[in-house]
Amino acid sequence: MDRFVWSNGLLEMNETLVIQQRGVRLYDGEEKAKLDAGVVLLSTHRLIWRDIKNHECCIAVPLSQIVFFEEQAAGIGKSAKIVVHLHPALPNKDPGPYQHSKFSYIKLSFKEHGQIEFYRRLTEEMTQRRWENTPASQPIPTATGSQTGRTRAVGIVGIERKLEEKRKETDKNISEVRDLGQGAKEMVELSRSIANKIKEKQGDITEDETIRFKSYLLSMGIANPVTRETHGSGTHYHMQLAKQLADMLLAPLQERGGMMALTEVYCLMNRARGMELLSPEDLVNACKMFESLKLPLRLRVFDSGVMVVQLQSHNEEEMIASALDNVSEKGSLTSEEFAKLLGLSVLLAKERLLLAEKMGHLCRDDSVEGLRFYPNLF
Amino acid sequence: MHRRGVGAGAIAKKKLAEAKYKERGTVLAEDQIIQMSKQLETFKTHLEEFASKHKQEIRKNSQFRVQFQEMCATIGVDPLASGKGFWSEMLGVGDFYYELGVQIIEVCLALKHRNGGLITLDELHQRVLKGRGKFAQDVSQDDLVRAIKKLKAMGNGFGMIPVGGSYLVQSVPAELNMDHTVVLQLAEKKGYVTVGEIKESLKWERERAGHVLEHLLKEGLAWLDTQAYGDPQYWLPALFSELSARDITPDEASQMVP
Repeated sequence: MDRFVWSNGLLEMNETLVIQQRGVRLYDGEEKAKLDAGVVLLSTHRLIWRDIKNHECCIAVPLSQIVFFEEQAAGIGKSAKIVVHLHPALPNKDPGPYQHSKFSYIKLSFKEHGQIEFYRRLTEEMTQRRWENTPASQPIPTATGSQTGRTRAVGIVGIERKLEEKRKETDKNISEVRDLGQGAKEMVELSRSIANKIKEKQGDITEDETIRFKSYLLSMGIANPVTRETHGSGTHYHMQLAKQLADMLLAPLQERGGMMALTEVYCLMNRARGMELLSPEDLVNACKMFESLKLPLRLRVFDSGVMVVQLQSHNEEEMIASALDNVSEKGSLTSEEFAKLLGLSVLLAKERLLLAEKMGHLCRDDSVEGLRFYPNLF
Repeated sequence: MHRRGVGAGAIAKKKLAEAKYKERGTVLAEDQIIQMSKQLETFKTHLEEFASKHKQEIRKNSQFRVQFQEMCATIGVDPLASGKGFWSEMLGVGDFYYELGVQIIEVCLALKHRNGGLITLDELHQRVLKGRGKFAQDVSQDDLVRAIKKLKAMGNGFGMIPVGGSYLVQSVPAELNMDHTVVLQLAEKKGYVTVGEIKESLKWERERAGHVLEHLLKEGLAWLDTQAYGDPQYWLPALFSELSARDITPDEASQMVP
């Protein structure tokens, strides 16, 4: 921590802010520094830390002082960290929070997360080394290799060994991922051949076999090219899911005036499950089966592209007639006002008004103050 | 296995077809399906092995996730297509992204009244992180982007607009064409734009600029400041940096009247 200098936190002329992250605590080597709650900022030239309560307490270290940095995974009760190894401080360095330090590295502890992005950007900046091309107006002292000599060599060897180990492990991981990919690739090609044959009606594929094929595609995550004729990607899984949805959504739908946006349904269902969540596509494919399974729900797509689940008993004309009543009673309504009146989401309130307008019952006044609907007296 | 058409004529026809195909050296689709089911079993075993070694790593290491996703994209498989897929069930990648999807939807909904349904990827990232809490897994912006791409399947206009080296995430079905996008990009530097600036930078006529700005106002994506010195300024709340705007939590936002 003795490499840091006091700073006013203002960026220099050619210096740009790259990313910042709050909730960061500093460590001098393994020891927690008193600087425990702050924002860390990465610029093209420096690493800056500012105390969140006392904005005047602000320190910085030039990026050129960084030898190497690595991630330290989070543990139980411990936040993820980035360990930054630094060159020794220059003798003519400006004053900073620490006079001496027995450590040649510091740690940034990300108590409120954000370490992944920060690490990524730091890597970018350290690769691009933009501070070398655009020196800031006030020269920031850069460490030159000549001074460090022997002390540097000792520290570096250990670091380089670590880097090498990491590289080997990453390479092993990548090759295992590739091997896995190879097996999957063969199946993708096979599935394409099968799909073509089904399309051209070669051979005699039963409906059972088709459903089985579709379930294989689903398991592998291969896009299904043969879907159109039968009900979406209708596998047994989706049929079960459709029935489950019909059970779980009846009450919520009735509470919300018979209609819910698909994104709402997605959140509701997944929050209820906690694990083994539904993918967006699972939800859409299951909803497409409502009609063929004779369930009392329907999937509907509005002109705007908004997708909703609605009760089959949803009486459109009744809804529109009552919307007209509401608007007439108040003289005019915006989507927000209508939403508040009925306890609907603004999105669905707007769709209902648009529908009433389409049917000729309402007309609009579209000004910069908002979209307002009036009873259509024409 | 049940075959259609059990009558003698159908059987004869079938035998003829089989003979024809064998002659041409083509394999029947039914046989290929059997072959595929066998390959699937083998693959499942490999995936289980892979999962036992790397499942934790994928959850923790965002770089590994990226490599994994890129491999899948190259081959033509979508590991996030279904929660029932092998990838999801064995590697657990599904839950990670689907849960993220829920969190993204909730943040966008909470802030919609303020920014009209447009938010920078940076801000979305920060707010999602905050909502996830201290003990949850960290997520990268790449993770968010992938989760958003999946959300598109549900309609509702989830989209991403490239702006200033990053993205604006759109979560409402407001129609935004090239003209609107270009103006948003122009506004990115200062958070606002004027008709004069549009005319000068884009060489548009006043009317065209006016149309675009009016549309943004109507959709709630822009606010008008007529008291500014000089040309009236059209501000985009989506571009307000967290530093200058008061920090509203999603809870507070949901209590606020739209």
